[in-house]
Amino acid sequence: MVGLVIVSHSENLAKSVVEFTSMMAKDAVIAPAGGLEDGSFGTSFERIQSAIESVYSEDGVIVLMDLGSAVMTTEMVLEMMEGPKIAMADCPLVEGAVIASISAVGGKSFEEILQDLDKVREMRKLQ
Amino acid sequence: MAEGKFVIEVLKKIGEKIEEQKEYLTELDQPIGDSDHGINLARGFGEVEKKLPTLEDKDLGTIMKTVGMTLVSTVGGASGPLYGSAFMKAGMAWSGKMEITMEEFLEGLDAAVEAVKQRGKATVEEATMLDAMVPALEAMKTAGNGAGDAKSVLEAGCKASWAGAEHTKDLVATKGRASYVGERGLGHQDPGATSFSFMLEVVKDSL
Repeated sequence: MVGLVIVSHSENLAKSVVEFTSMMAKDAVIAPAGGLEDGSFGTSFERIQSAIESVYSEDGVIVLMDLGSAVMTTEMVLEMMEGPKIAMADCPLVEGAVIASISAVGGKSFEEILQDLDKVREMRKLQ
Repeated sequence: MAEGKFVIEVLKKIGEKIEEQKEYLTELDQPIGDSDHGINLARGFGEVEKKLPTLEDKDLGTIMKTVGMTLVSTVGGASGPLYGSAFMKAGMAWSGKMEITMEEFLEGLDAAVEAVKQRGKATVEEATMLDAMVPALEAMKTAGNGAGDAKSVLEAGCKASWAGAEHTKDLVATKGRASYVGERGLGHQDPGATSFSFMLEVVKDSL
């Protein structure tokens, strides 16, 4: 199953998004990487890296980020881990996490989930 | 111009300067960002300082790459990947060198500027650290071509860097958190342009 990682500046936000996905996809392989080691807001290179490693399999890992340094720090982790099948999704965090976890549990491939997440980016709420 | 011992000394002083200016940098970040620039950079350079004793006999490339990696791992905000990439790319330009000339120093800075542009997907006039870095680099290239001594080259760089930081007050940010604040950011000096100017000033004062 494709693994998922939720990167946020906030430890609680990342954990809550992970918890929230269990509502519809409780068997998803998903890990939070939120906040800094001391509990303050920020994005931690180590936390992102170890979260990716914790959910990694040859099916691949998709990382969803909130904003700013979450994106840049994840980019650097991926550059360092060069090689394995890991990608960042360019979409809203909560919607993306829900859809990706359902798709992963449903047995979709790495590429298929990334395509699903591309569509999430275009999703409207009031239409 | 500079050898390992000098670079390590400069890095230590940069840490002291950032610590000293921590409150001010955080204050600058308050109205337009998430109020953490000073705190984050001080934490990062605090960790850098702990690594410096292990780098004393290393080449400049290794020193800079280690500093960059430490900043990426410990800063926690956008300045981590940005300064981290900048130091690492400068380190690549100085790979294997035990000493650098002014020309090589500027090549390193050039690589650092490119790294920040690429990592932040940003360019000048967007109210970021690039608005200090790019004019500083240009001014130093011009001063260096006139075969000025290192001190006068760095003086030209610092002047342009501070002018660039000042100029960010007139710009509406389109990158980073400050872009969310939009026009309300006018009149506020960018914290990243300011921290870069402090760093360059430390290099100048160490010569």
